[in-house]
Amino acid sequence: MSGLTEIKSIPAEDYAGLGFEKERLVWMLKKMIEIRLFEEKVEELYLMRGLITGPAHLYFGEEAVAVGVMSALDPSDYIISGHRGHGHALAKEIPAKLIMAELFGKSTGTCKGLGGSMHVGICLEKNSLFASAIVGSGIPIASGVGLALKYKKSDRVVAVFFGDGAANTGAFHEGINLAAIWKLPVIFVCENNKYAIGMKVEKAVATNSLAIRATAYGIHGISVEGNDPVAVHKATKEAIEIARSGEGPALIEYKTYRQKGHGVYDKAPYRPKEEVEEWLKKDPITNFEKKLIASGFISEGEVAKLRSEILSKIDEAVKFAQESSVLSFQELEKLVYA
Amino acid sequence: MREIIYAEAIREALREEMIKDPNVILIGEDIGAYGGAFKITDSFLKEFGPERIRDTPISEAAIAGAAIGASLIGLRPIAEIMYMDFLPIALEQICNQAAKMRFMSGGQLKVPIVIRTQYSLGRAHGAQHSQYIPSWLLQVAGLRVALPSTPYDAKGLLKTAMRDGNPVLYIESSLLYRVKGQVPEEEYTVPFGKTDVKREGRDITVVAISRMVREAIAAAEILREQGIEAEVLDPRTIQPLDIDTIVDSVKKTGRLAIAEDDSKTGGVGAEIAASIAERAIDYLDAPIVRIAAPDIPIPFSPSLEQEYMPNKEKVVEAVKSLVK
Repeated sequence: MSGLTEIKSIPAEDYAGLGFEKERLVWMLKKMIEIRLFEEKVEELYLMRGLITGPAHLYFGEEAVAVGVMSALDPSDYIISGHRGHGHALAKEIPAKLIMAELFGKSTGTCKGLGGSMHVGICLEKNSLFASAIVGSGIPIASGVGLALKYKKSDRVVAVFFGDGAANTGAFHEGINLAAIWKLPVIFVCENNKYAIGMKVEKAVATNSLAIRATAYGIHGISVEGNDPVAVHKATKEAIEIARSGEGPALIEYKTYRQKGHGVYDKAPYRPKEEVEEWLKKDPITNFEKKLIASGFISEGEVAKLRSEILSKIDEAVKFAQESSVLSFQELEKLVYA
Repeated sequence: MREIIYAEAIREALREEMIKDPNVILIGEDIGAYGGAFKITDSFLKEFGPERIRDTPISEAAIAGAAIGASLIGLRPIAEIMYMDFLPIALEQICNQAAKMRFMSGGQLKVPIVIRTQYSLGRAHGAQHSQYIPSWLLQVAGLRVALPSTPYDAKGLLKTAMRDGNPVLYIESSLLYRVKGQVPEEEYTVPFGKTDVKREGRDITVVAISRMVREAIAAAEILREQGIEAEVLDPRTIQPLDIDTIVDSVKKTGRLAIAEDDSKTGGVGAEIAASIAERAIDYLDAPIVRIAAPDIPIPFSPSLEQEYMPNKEKVVEAVKSLVK
């Protein structure tokens, strides 16, 4: 099915009509806060305490995408994540302590400490398959997952997360085209956070939209306000329904913003101050929280309580990670071949 | 025992496993309607249908990637890369994704895929349709690499590959497709990592790989007439590589020649030579010699290509330089 739709931010008064109930909205807010506080802790552990090393690509500002996508997916649906994947993993309900332990390189981590920050999204119990840190490479693999799901006549779908940078790889083209010709149940989740490291999307593509590429593949394309979890949910649901009905994949461009640098050490001096300030005003969590409070879905006190509960869970996660052990080097050889 | 050609042996292995296991699917360019660039999968589309025989666009990275993804959900995909020269387009998926997935997931993920490819050296296909590059894959931990040299091994190794739990690169030689050999009708497999002693001899060990196994055996016949008894070994898989059998043979013969279509620089032969230097240098009565391809792209002009190629005459000459 092809076509192009645009979904803008959804006002709170429309929530009830669209079927969004308090429970789901509060879950969304809670998950977004959890991701934010988790990333703040990670930043602190890197920069102030030096407890974690290696690269870490944080999810500040993009929380609504992961949360809205996961809200639309069924827990039995699959995801494939990428190098900026802490948020995807948390939103897919992978326990924070397993993710934190992976960041510490511990045997209790999601990859037993052999993946690290760029690969935290492995949890087969939660149908989080893996995370590739080669930009774009998860896309054809997702098509393969879709191929197997279709072959097995499963009604599950797979969502693959990638950024605006990945949209310019050959793997993007090959993978999406394959899913398109075979009508595979794949949701191509393009998180357009405006930057591929330091390369601004406007300089990397000659169009002002990535979603329009969908029409070239003969599939459905959606452009959505990526800082609104409810709009994200709605867009993703639309794609999931197409996929589940056997009509093939969809490409969704989630317009969002990477509030910080590419990695934890990048201060991103290449971005205009005004641009950053403009986007900080559109912070997904602040705005959604305000909306929910104003509409009476949650009170300020309840939000404060949520935050403190999440914080103590994250502290426990750090403790768990610190107390866990590292795999012995001798065990590594056994993990190379089945 | 009945005799069939190498191409038929490959076809039988694919067909038998497809009949036995509905999770086996084939993905590749022109494998269905066209019947395969070398007709290996001719009529498969009719027999197994388009859901299991997936003709793809010209998208090597997606062929490998789709095979990987499908294997994560329980299928056993066999991907075909039409010419080994096209393999580099898919190497990202094979080396960074398939080969590392089990390790990087702490053993949680399994990628049971086979990537079939072939090289057409000797058929005047030019530098972009003839290349043979197994040594590129030697350093890729997590990947198995099999190179059958006979119809018997072609069938037995492919069956092992299709039942293995790891990504396997299975390299065919198109010059061998029409070669006949004994293949039993009953079920059998050929294990990975077991060097086959093709011919026993006391004077020199000749390790040969893929197409060069036949050339080495032919060379051994010529050498025999001249009073030199060569022991010919075929490792059959280079990952895993059964070096022990080669070491034992060298300890017996005291001499080693390695014959392959790979480049001499950094070829599989270089790795074997280094391993023998480490483990059996005291047993060597002469320097190790490599019969391999020169370090130039493959020339098109058929006579130049013949000059480029290792062959039985070059093996005879090299062996005679060691056994005087």
